[in-house]
Amino acid sequence: MRITTLLASAAIALGLVTAAVAEDTTKVGFVYVGPVGDGGWTFTHDQARQAVEAEFGDAVETVFVESVAEGPDAERVLTQMALDGADLIFTTSFGYMDATNNVAAKFPDVKFEHATGYKRLHPNVSTYSARFYEGRAVQGHIAGNMTESNIIGYIASYPIPEVIRGINSAYLHASKVNPDVEFKIIWVYTWFDPAKEADAAKTLIDQGADVILQHTDSTAPHAAAQEAGNVVTFGQASDMSAYAPFPRVSAILDEWGDYYIARTRAVMDGTWESVDTWHGIGDGMVGIGEITDAVPANVAEEAMAMKAALADGSYHAFTGPINKQDGSAWLAEGEVADDGTLAGMNFYVEGITGEIPQ
Amino acid sequence: MDLSVINPILLIAALMSAATPILLAATGELVVERAGVLNLGVEGMMIVGAICGFAIAVESGSPLFGFFAAAVGGALLSLLFAFLTQVTLANQVASGLALTLFGLGLSALIGQSYVGIKPPRLPDLNFGLLGDVPIIGPVLFSHNLILYFGLALVAAVWAMLKYTRVGLVLRAVGENHDAAHALGYKVVRIRTLAIMFGGACAGMGGAYISLIRVPQWTEGMTAGVGWIALALVVFASWKPWRVLLGAYLFGGITQLQLNLQGAGVAIPVEYLAMSPYVITIVVLVILSADKSAAPGSLGRTFHASN
Amino acid sequence: MIRLEKRPQPSTVFAYATPVLAVLATFFFGGVLFALLGKDPVQSIVTIFWEPLFGEFAFFYRPQLLVKGAPLVLIAIGLSLGFKAGIWNIGAEGQYIMGALFGAGVGLAFYPAESALIFPAMILAGAFGGWVWAIIPALLKVRFGTNEILVSLMLVYVAEQFLASMSLGLLKNPEGFGFPGSRNLQQYASAHNAEIFAGSGMHWGVVAAMIAVIFAYVLLARHKLGFAIRVTGEAPRAARFSGVNPSRLILFCLGMSGLLAGLAGLFEVSGPAGQVSIDFNVGYGFTAIIVAFLGRLHPIGIVLAGLLMALTYIGGDIAQSQLGLPAAAIQVFQGMLLFFLLALDLLTNYRLRFGQAEVA
Repeated sequence: MRITTLLASAAIALGLVTAAVAEDTTKVGFVYVGPVGDGGWTFTHDQARQAVEAEFGDAVETVFVESVAEGPDAERVLTQMALDGADLIFTTSFGYMDATNNVAAKFPDVKFEHATGYKRLHPNVSTYSARFYEGRAVQGHIAGNMTESNIIGYIASYPIPEVIRGINSAYLHASKVNPDVEFKIIWVYTWFDPAKEADAAKTLIDQGADVILQHTDSTAPHAAAQEAGNVVTFGQASDMSAYAPFPRVSAILDEWGDYYIARTRAVMDGTWESVDTWHGIGDGMVGIGEITDAVPANVAEEAMAMKAALADGSYHAFTGPINKQDGSAWLAEGEVADDGTLAGMNFYVEGITGEIPQ
Repeated sequence: MDLSVINPILLIAALMSAATPILLAATGELVVERAGVLNLGVEGMMIVGAICGFAIAVESGSPLFGFFAAAVGGALLSLLFAFLTQVTLANQVASGLALTLFGLGLSALIGQSYVGIKPPRLPDLNFGLLGDVPIIGPVLFSHNLILYFGLALVAAVWAMLKYTRVGLVLRAVGENHDAAHALGYKVVRIRTLAIMFGGACAGMGGAYISLIRVPQWTEGMTAGVGWIALALVVFASWKPWRVLLGAYLFGGITQLQLNLQGAGVAIPVEYLAMSPYVITIVVLVILSADKSAAPGSLGRTFHASN
Repeated sequence: MIRLEKRPQPSTVFAYATPVLAVLATFFFGGVLFALLGKDPVQSIVTIFWEPLFGEFAFFYRPQLLVKGAPLVLIAIGLSLGFKAGIWNIGAEGQYIMGALFGAGVGLAFYPAESALIFPAMILAGAFGGWVWAIIPALLKVRFGTNEILVSLMLVYVAEQFLASMSLGLLKNPEGFGFPGSRNLQQYASAHNAEIFAGSGMHWGVVAAMIAVIFAYVLLARHKLGFAIRVTGEAPRAARFSGVNPSRLILFCLGMSGLLAGLAGLFEVSGPAGQVSIDFNVGYGFTAIIVAFLGRLHPIGIVLAGLLMALTYIGGDIAQSQLGLPAAAIQVFQGMLLFFLLALDLLTNYRLRFGQAEVA
């Protein structure tokens, strides 16, 4: 009895100590659109959250809520986090855009970071996104070299600028090394339906594609490729190394960790301000997964060289001359695309067949 | 646009595989509904089957053992539904929906440590020379054991319902539970067994997705297949062979849609994706003329004192 | 040997006691679940049930209960009318979507004109959209005898695809840089379903839900139609003898439930949600079915059930962020609550008898 009482009072004392420490800790909240176990988009954001925890240890406390529907639920969860004393909140889905700005208006002392959006209506809102198209360029280069049937399959989610940009970038660089290359694009109209992704991959393979690129998050296309035997795939969002060295020969990685750590540090230092970040390979937000031995050494070297050029800014993935699909000129020789056009990209470049569904 | 890239033989082989999860789940649900019970929890049972099968296959290294575990998992979950609707006489629609909610949550909890793992693969059966016969080989002799099991299940359920005493009793219970009770049949026991059978089938259907079609584990990965299975039973007007036909039709429309896109045909994807449901409604209307189609006691609660 | 014996009259005591028992049972088993996950069970349950109502920030969460509960109650009230009469509309999710699409479509058609007439027009359009989507199964049932459970369910999927098509096409915000989703109606004054009193959570959808509850209560308790609904559900043949026209009843019940679901969608899209997007619907239409049954198909019961569901959602999200409980655990917890509520309802209509059956 005495011991338990003792323990209890010790626990209370400890609790008080932690409570006192809590005053000094920086609290960072994360709102996720999917479950942390989705193995893709939300999974990578949660990895980054863990990176923040690992970086700062006890100085930072992170909290998260998963599977939050866009709309009023998001607004409520954001408010709740702000009320609970969060200093910085990352909202990791495009659909949280208005909710983020609404809540930011009510909590001017809390900093908000919204992923993939464009609205910064208040000084305490930043937006950030990744130039995944840079990764697509490297991927396109490898894909163009690897294909023997000259048919590259592309599994696309919804016809939005982010996805179209990726298709264009991959196509430009694949056709640069292999002018005969043809893209077969299947729109699955879902962010998440592994079975449908599997079907799309199998269809593309049945139609002769020997390289599959995907803008969806599951490993289903890799499994389909493995079964087919001689089809190349690339990891998406996470490394998907379970399928390396073949069919998965490389990957585009979502690496939010550095950014999250930097922004958290800015809040701790008091140097945080509203910015619009669009980081690529150079700033470490887009990673290229290890290129396996299945890729010829010279191709891998070229790919790494391109990665380096993209990283140091000496090369832009959209460098003219580039025409639009209808043949009209878009970029002149040596001209590079401006971010505004890229952000709202709603056209294919010349050479891609098919139409963007409307 | 180049339609010649579409290989009809490969398309048929692909749709057979794509349709198998729906086929398994729908065949199970058919038996449940033939016994007069409407279990809307198919999605929940499928996803629980998907993770049970995945986990056991990974732990044991045997995909077949995984399928067995999936059947057990689905059946156990369905027992919860059976308890609610048969013992405590709760409403079937609400219980089924609650079962789906519960199943989705439960599967995610079980699956937390299985994200990103590659399961052992179930090989296709080797039919030797038969597999090399043109057309017939790829269509009929290039699949895995579970796919054939699904086909056999349809045949077995058909024969059971049509020719056996068990089938007769099951249908009697589904058509008019009061009369069946008066004849001395154990309505609650029969329905409970039917529900468990449905759960086992749904569980295997789920495992087909997590072990063969995708194969990986992610939360919520069945993505609404269970609801399609429910639609299919109605589409099939509660007849096993029509379930098969319907499953291939559903699978076929999806496959064709993907193939047409790959061939560069601009198609309105959303409207094509609607079409199976619209077709089902049309079929329902046509079937309505035949009043005998739906089991008479479907969805109604039975209690001996009624 | 335990037997069930049907009570001649549903027990009033148990009608009130079973929900309490169910909640207590959920506390217990939910606590076990949370403990298994390594969380403090008492703290978890307090966070879910106490925090939103009486915690430090209850001033914020209480209005949120209205925001979250109103669409559930509005839809469930409509559904309960049909359910009472044995008419099964399980496609409220689709009707909710169509109401939102029709309503938002009308509002957006007038953009950027400002007029006090726009919002009322949207309400009419929203109600119409939901009604149309529900009257399809009703007409098919009346004309051909088609099963309304299945038609209404199928129409949900059709509506979902339609929603995707609209948010990527016709209703897409022309100034949205190609991103899917419509303009935000919160930023279009004439179309905005704003809070009537700021910070109260009271928007027109809440008002509509209240009106619907009163309407349903009066209808069922006092009106001839309410009598027809009840008698049809309890004794269909007796209903026919007493002059009830089953076709009209089907059209009324399905139409009304669709109309209310459509309204719920309209108020949601023009208020708390703000815009039509691919994932606009969050399953209110299905959850409302559960709410209707939890509320025992009684208007007041539905209000309580809707608020209870809303509470578990809100409390669940708080528990996620404060205690690190996974969303899946909250889902399982909700599932348990539903199971217990459904299972224990037995005691209202039946009596447990121990021992052998007496020889009559």
